[in-house]
Amino acid sequence: MSDFNLLDPFQHLQIPLGEWVESSLNYVVQNFRGVFRAVRWPIDQVLNGIEGLLLSVPPTIGITLGSLLGWQIAGRRMGILCAVTLFMLGLIGVWAESMTTLALVLTSVFFCGLFGVPLGILCARYDRMEKTLRPVLDAMQTLPAFVYLVPVVMLFGIGNVPGVLVTIVFALPPLVRLTNLGIRQVPADKIEAARAFGCTPWQMLTRVQLPLATQTMMAGLNQTLMLSLSMVVIASMISVAGLGQMVLRGIGRLDMGLATVGGMGLVLLAIFLDRLTQAMGERSASSDMTRHWYQRGPVGLCLRILHLNNAKPGAVRHAL
Amino acid sequence: MNKDDDILVVKNIFKVFGDRPQEALKMLEKGADKDEIFKKTGQVVGVFDASFSVKRGEIFVIMGLSGSGKSTMVRLFNRLIEPTSGSIYLNGKEITGLNDKQLLDVRRKEMSMVFQSFALMPHMTVLENAAFGLEISGVAEQERNTRAREALAQVGLAGHEYSYPHQLSGGMQQRVGLARALANDPSILLMDEAFSALDPLIRTEMQDELIRLQAEQQRTIIFISHDLDEAIRIGHRIAIMEGGRIVQVGTPQEILNNPADAYVETFFKNVDSSKVLRAGDVARFESEIVVRQTNGATPDVPAIPYAFMVDNDGRFLGLLDNCAGRGEGPRQLAPKDLSVVAFDTPLHDVLGLAAAVPYPLPVVTREGALHGTISKDSLLKSLSRH
Repeated sequence: MSDFNLLDPFQHLQIPLGEWVESSLNYVVQNFRGVFRAVRWPIDQVLNGIEGLLLSVPPTIGITLGSLLGWQIAGRRMGILCAVTLFMLGLIGVWAESMTTLALVLTSVFFCGLFGVPLGILCARYDRMEKTLRPVLDAMQTLPAFVYLVPVVMLFGIGNVPGVLVTIVFALPPLVRLTNLGIRQVPADKIEAARAFGCTPWQMLTRVQLPLATQTMMAGLNQTLMLSLSMVVIASMISVAGLGQMVLRGIGRLDMGLATVGGMGLVLLAIFLDRLTQAMGERSASSDMTRHWYQRGPVGLCLRILHLNNAKPGAVRHAL
Repeated sequence: MNKDDDILVVKNIFKVFGDRPQEALKMLEKGADKDEIFKKTGQVVGVFDASFSVKRGEIFVIMGLSGSGKSTMVRLFNRLIEPTSGSIYLNGKEITGLNDKQLLDVRRKEMSMVFQSFALMPHMTVLENAAFGLEISGVAEQERNTRAREALAQVGLAGHEYSYPHQLSGGMQQRVGLARALANDPSILLMDEAFSALDPLIRTEMQDELIRLQAEQQRTIIFISHDLDEAIRIGHRIAIMEGGRIVQVGTPQEILNNPADAYVETFFKNVDSSKVLRAGDVARFESEIVVRQTNGATPDVPAIPYAFMVDNDGRFLGLLDNCAGRGEGPRQLAPKDLSVVAFDTPLHDVLGLAAAVPYPLPVVTREGALHGTISKDSLLKSLSRH
């Protein structure tokens, strides 16, 4: 021990945080690898299911279904926008990669929803829960992805599933935050009215709080989706396939063409997903609620045509 | 009315807001007042030793200025706010002792509430809103829609079932709020400043609507208001609150005639007493101008300008007019040829009648008995007294 300096105590006063983390990680890896392997299974199932489905659909049909979905959710212009972005994806030759990335993003959004919404609801109900969870969420959003990329690889290996995992870590917070916010913002008079009519807490949640928080929650979902997309390139470092890998490979080989094509694909996908989810959020709050969803868009059109065909014989008879 | 007719009985209810209510209660027992308690303990006294009862089938108005504790009071009835001490009985059942499940049942079946801010669900159609209470109680969809439709028809909103609240005007939105409360068929309707957010014209219209509905259904209504004119217009009885305390309970006429303290008196000072008082309140029975007809025979008529004839049971038979023509004897006028005023006609409506006829107005009870008469002199006197 040399002389202790009060003005700069940290020459001697240190905690070996790095070593602690390393040794505990090693311990966990050696003893609990099986547990973490088991966590892979459900993610693997969902991911493979979605990816298999998306890749098995031929591009033309994919584009058609995608634009019909856009039309149904947000009207004809949305349908055209969806068709254009999806068609462009095919044109620049990244259809298959896009579908892989889309499957990845959808899987992580699925799990984010599975955990994020209940967490948000709990935060809205218990102030203490919110207080404890908030720094955790902050850490999840700000901790550089590279820091947890290595432990994740050590625990889960490489490939798409750990990729989904790191994406979930990064993309979960906004959904939790905005679900919490949305529920807390439900006007107090509505809550009081629901109580006065004898709502149980569960009825309050499902009939009043969640419906009134939908718009804010959709904004959270939209953010989660965007963050997952932005994570794709980083996740490709642990051998996640899709558009991110194209970008990474392009950068590695200084192949700007490849990198740009991959990046372009990501942007197109982002536009498609962003507009679609935004429209979903807006629709839940729009004033045009006079017609049900099945009375609008392609479904409405089909139903009207069917209805017309059914009505025709009667109408003709009536006219005669 | 006997004791069984009390649908809601409130006994010594206190409500203290804050984290140390017991401390405040002890100070209240020692006679400390609201401000003193707030200064010393930081506890806010919302309702202070309230005791009264509400009769079945009446419109009971709790009236007070803002901060008087009236909105707190109404929330104590269905325990949206838990009372600190005291008890409330609904139909003899103690509300304050119910467990959570029983309390939900009371809120679903016995008491419905209408709110100042309407508090409709924006994501539900008018029909779904009206059926909200029934949906919560688990009534099957078909039945609840039928009942909600009936309730909407009662408040004059048939045909708007599939609109959304934001597409309706304020008055119509509050009709939906009223329908939502009526659809549950509650024993008591709680209305918290239900019409305060509406413009004056619509407010009057809604008050009339409420009076009509109440007359049809004989429903007990507890109405919270800060507007004395409204309270007098719709209330059978009024409770005046000030600073968390119930100052006086009574019919508008009783309060006007015998205000409990200076506060109530100043409160009622600007009230148009012709709207509060009813014909029966000012009519006086003067035996010297009443002639009792026995066995169908007309007795001797005293030498006065007008005499009122009643039969043995006090039923009003007509008027003997001595002024018609000199020497010809009295002219007899049957009730149908006269202006006869019902016992509960507002004095306001009597003014014109009294001016139009030469004789004092006969006032009769619902059974047709002569309650008394109102002369122009007595009318003016009764109005100037207040």
